[in-house]
Amino acid sequence: MEPRLKSGKTAPAQRPQPGFVQTLFAVVWKDLTAEMRSRELLSAMLVFALLVIFIFNFALELAPSVRSEVTAGVLWVTFTFAGTLGLNRSMAMEKDRGCLDGLLLAPVERSAIYFGKAVGNLTFILIMAAIILPLYALFYGINVFRPGLLLVILLGSVGYTAIGTLLATMAVQTRTRDVLLPILLFPITLPVLIASVKASSGFLEKAPDLSAILPWLNFLIAYDIIFIALAFMFFDYLVEE
Amino acid sequence: MIYARKLVKRFGTKTVLRGIDFHVERGEFVALLGSNGAGKTTFLRILASLSRPSLGEVRLAGYSLPHQAAQVRARLGFVSHQPLLYGDLSAEDNLRFYARMYGLRKPEARIAEVLDLTGLRVHRREPVRTFSRGMQQRLSLGRAILHDPDILLFDEPYTGLDQDAALMLDDLLAKISAQGRTIVMTSHDLARTESLATRFDILARGVISASARRGELGGNLLDFYKKALAG
Amino acid sequence: MSTKPPLLKVLDLISLALLIAAAYMALIYAPTEASMGQVQRVFYFHVATAWIGMLGFIVAGVTGIVYLRTQRLKWDIVEVAAVEISLVFFFIAIVLGSIWARPIWNTWWTWDPRLTTAAVTELIYLAYFMLRQGVEDPERRARFGAIYALVGAVSVPITFMVIRLYRTIHPVVIGTPSAAAQGGFNMSSPMQTAFFFAIFAFTIIFIDLLWNRVRLGRFQQEVEDLKLRVIQ
Repeated sequence: MEPRLKSGKTAPAQRPQPGFVQTLFAVVWKDLTAEMRSRELLSAMLVFALLVIFIFNFALELAPSVRSEVTAGVLWVTFTFAGTLGLNRSMAMEKDRGCLDGLLLAPVERSAIYFGKAVGNLTFILIMAAIILPLYALFYGINVFRPGLLLVILLGSVGYTAIGTLLATMAVQTRTRDVLLPILLFPITLPVLIASVKASSGFLEKAPDLSAILPWLNFLIAYDIIFIALAFMFFDYLVEE
Repeated sequence: MIYARKLVKRFGTKTVLRGIDFHVERGEFVALLGSNGAGKTTFLRILASLSRPSLGEVRLAGYSLPHQAAQVRARLGFVSHQPLLYGDLSAEDNLRFYARMYGLRKPEARIAEVLDLTGLRVHRREPVRTFSRGMQQRLSLGRAILHDPDILLFDEPYTGLDQDAALMLDDLLAKISAQGRTIVMTSHDLARTESLATRFDILARGVISASARRGELGGNLLDFYKKALAG
Repeated sequence: MSTKPPLLKVLDLISLALLIAAAYMALIYAPTEASMGQVQRVFYFHVATAWIGMLGFIVAGVTGIVYLRTQRLKWDIVEVAAVEISLVFFFIAIVLGSIWARPIWNTWWTWDPRLTTAAVTELIYLAYFMLRQGVEDPERRARFGAIYALVGAVSVPITFMVIRLYRTIHPVVIGTPSAAAQGGFNMSSPMQTAFFFAIFAFTIIFIDLLWNRVRLGRFQQEVEDLKLRVIQ
């Protein structure tokens, strides 16, 4: 046999295969590193989110009396729209130079790739929310820093990205990619949107009534679990030919 | 190392591969030739575990697809005409990512080795987005050999390269093939493969219509190719 | 291409007869409801078409699973057929419901759980067809379609539950009616006969349509096949 590179002198019988968690973190690390270099995804999401809020401000004439009631609605519509932008960009990045094939060539579990992408997308949405929330508070003088509200944002975003990552993987492999994602995603995520808006507006009241909010929180948790399980089951079928 | 039997691939109602039998011994460098649309890419994607055959059996390095796909993937490197690299990541970070995806034990040493081999050490911190087509393709080769695979599959690696870049790729391919790996490369450029490959297979009408070792050719690949296409 | 199987021809005729009979039962046989009057007669077809809508989506969900497991395109054809029929019947159900709601609820449309869920379901399955249009490779198209149909089938009942957490004014005719429901009524036995007959008739019609549509799907595939052969 001809000489090989140093590290390849003896081919081990059993090749190393990264575990589930290792793969997941590798994908997350890759997405965050790429984003730190380009900052394309987050900046697009943020600018878009601000524009949505501005449009709402003038379209709904957010007067001080109306504001507190529509705050939850405006926030969630903003997150949803900007989230779609992020999901599309994040999956387009995998398709651009054939990287999806690169991921699939690795000796890793497909579901680990899915969860990696989903965690990355969730991180971007939460970062966006963390910037938009204080700005919204500043614009309208509403105190949005309530632990309950933050919990709702977390639960709602988890459900949204769980199904969003799955459908974005699908949309990016079609001819009409960017246009298709919101059309596929919005009717499916409607329950999350409704429950999140209801729970958020409950927490934004002066004296939150926990017994009225709790059903919505339970619902969000159930939705998160169901759709994470669905995505877990179907992701293989989406990427395997 | 590579064993495919009665491989059939249909896309809907269109049959692209019609029963391919294909065997490659350890250390062979097979050039898979054929016109555009003959199904070379489809065939290579099946070997690379990226696509499933409609019928037939595939084994690589003793493991069968698709059931032992992870074992096969750990021993396999694939270069397609797309680089499979992230534009926003630097060359080094791209390799670092793939090193993790393959569970490499000493990634940094290996990455340095591969960067030297591909001649991209000076550019290692630059984002791949800024690389020329030739540099991307060399890095792509580096990515494919990163985990020291036994089998390498190249799908038209010369696509879109200018003369200089192609010459550098020639050099790199010669180095890699001298490392004793089993290689299959598709191409429609006969001249490029002539000096590299040890065996030439022609894919036409969905089957391997002819196969010859370098010694059997008598130095005239073009004649052999023409004859094989004519049937 | 094969000619129409005799059994299907018979089923076509039976379906037509059942449709006429169901119309007779709903419009003439059943007594006029006391408080709502003639418009209540819409109810028989409204529930029957909505039932077919649901049945179709359940069939689509199940064939979706079968397709993913077997990877056989014939199941994809059944799935598309079921979704297409359901889409139309759900639309009819919504329109009939609207006609009924105008005099009873005094509005064409309310954001009631059943209505809203029906509308969202229509949107999901419109999205389903847009998704399919965007994919060239038949196998990938079938896979994506199956997954989306399944995700949709899971999502629809969840949507229904979440909207029901808001209060409903939709009457519950079978099961316990909620206090806020308006336009509820008790069915007399001829009404029940007409009601169950309508459900039965539309189920047979659904089977007939599904069979015809699956046949059409097969022909489409054959035509594609022949076209490719001509090109090659």
